[in-house]
Amino acid sequence: MAATKHMNHIQPYSAQSGTMIPTPFRKFLRTCVLWQIIRFIAINIKMTILILKSHH
Amino acid sequence: MARIVVMGGGVSGHTSATFLKKWLGSSHEVIVVTPNSLWNWIPSNIWVGVGQMTKKDVTFALADVYKKAGIDYRQAKAISIHPEGDKELDKNFITIEYTGQGKEGSTEKVEYDYLINATGPKLNFAATEGFGDANGIGKHTVSVCTADHAEHAAAELKKVFEKAKTKKQKILVGTGHGMCTCQGAAFEYIFNIEHEAKRVGVRDNVDIKWISNESFLGDFGMGGMHLNVGGYTASSKIFAESLYSERKLDWIVGAHVNKIEKGKAHYELLDGTTGVEEFDFAMLIPPFAGVGLKAFDKKGEDITAKIFAPNGFMKVDANYNAGAYENWSASDWPRKLQNPDYGNMFAVGIAFAPPHTISKPMSSPNGTSITPTPPRTGMPSAMMGKAVAQSIVDMINGASEPTHTACMSEMGAACVASAGKGLFTGTAAAMTVYPVVPDFEKYPGTGRDINGTTGEIGLAGHWIKYLLHVGFLWKAKLRPGWTLIPE
Repeated sequence: MAATKHMNHIQPYSAQSGTMIPTPFRKFLRTCVLWQIIRFIAINIKMTILILKSHH
Repeated sequence: MARIVVMGGGVSGHTSATFLKKWLGSSHEVIVVTPNSLWNWIPSNIWVGVGQMTKKDVTFALADVYKKAGIDYRQAKAISIHPEGDKELDKNFITIEYTGQGKEGSTEKVEYDYLINATGPKLNFAATEGFGDANGIGKHTVSVCTADHAEHAAAELKKVFEKAKTKKQKILVGTGHGMCTCQGAAFEYIFNIEHEAKRVGVRDNVDIKWISNESFLGDFGMGGMHLNVGGYTASSKIFAESLYSERKLDWIVGAHVNKIEKGKAHYELLDGTTGVEEFDFAMLIPPFAGVGLKAFDKKGEDITAKIFAPNGFMKVDANYNAGAYENWSASDWPRKLQNPDYGNMFAVGIAFAPPHTISKPMSSPNGTSITPTPPRTGMPSAMMGKAVAQSIVDMINGASEPTHTACMSEMGAACVASAGKGLFTGTAAAMTVYPVVPDFEKYPGTGRDINGTTGEIGLAGHWIKYLLHVGFLWKAKLRPGWTLIPE
């Protein structure tokens, strides 16, 4: 029961039950400052590469 | 001395005008014609719409910036284009009607050597019964398309949250017609509402529902996208549905909203069935149309249909005869953004006529078209504005044709969709997509480079969204180092 507490609001056979729900750890990482600083750098690198590829 | 006239002072027009002036200096003339006195960083209207920012935070007066840059600013709306001149004037020109600067209502002919159409869209509320009329939005729903709309939305949302303290409230967010674009803005708004409802402690008393013309969640008018996550290449449908499910947001997709009444949205679905959704608060994006410019030849004959597509957007070097979806190709999309009949006219941003949609066209058994139209705002819009400016500079310096391209099937886009504001509590979906228009010949299967198409949600995305807000306002105000900030 405890392991699926984050899915309490999902009803069986509903549209919501057909998709993936993030685990509490995944949700924690979304606002974990240290992890997000790393992601901030990574996303900026990705976006810079994208911009460089897009100018003609 | 060449004169370049830019119609429109939004993201693409402002980018064109400011780079043209920087590169051409005082030896050539740049004129901006726009009915607005303020420049608006539209992506942050979402935060205005939930009361986290004000109109003042997302706008600034254009007159001062253009004066500093040496750009001739006319606060007026363009009425007609005369690409061959007329019986009296042997030079091509546009007619404008002033909306400010103390000349309201007066008209003028403005000659040009090069013309950039960056007029953006007309918010076509009149396309849906009860949604609004020729004067704009009606009284039953709100919008976040302009800063004024967003401030109104915030005030109405506050009332709904107040009522939710004692009574269940229903909120509806999405698109108000079967042919809308800009699902991304509505996507951001629904998640910001959810975030704010939690923050003020009324989340349990508000039912929040999505309604859109996308055939699946996560289409975004781009036919969706595939992302590499956890060892799988998965559709954006999976991620969008996950996000909506996680936040307890219900959804209706494949919907053409055909009538709005007080507290009710009537709709038809792709399977032909109809329904009514009740609401206490609704933010629905209107469909876009061209601003209604007319065009005339030398003799005064109406050539609007030659210059503009039926939806009012300007024809450029796209393939408008691609036919059925099965025949579509990445090469249908324009590269030079140049009008095929008049080589000194260009259209950028929302103002150019796309060859077709990006998402597969769909209609209900009743024949109602329910297909998202292509997004062409934000980064692609600014890149088009800059590429056309570069081409015009080169043409003034002797090039026989445009030298730079900005093709949506060759460029990527970085999109940061806010899901809630807060320095340590905010989140946003940071996405990159390459190319914007899928190229199934180059990238079989998904149509896109899966190494360049990425997405994740988190606080880092929110920080980037906020930095974009600060950075792009800095850039648009032409503050020191503005050219170093990429489009």
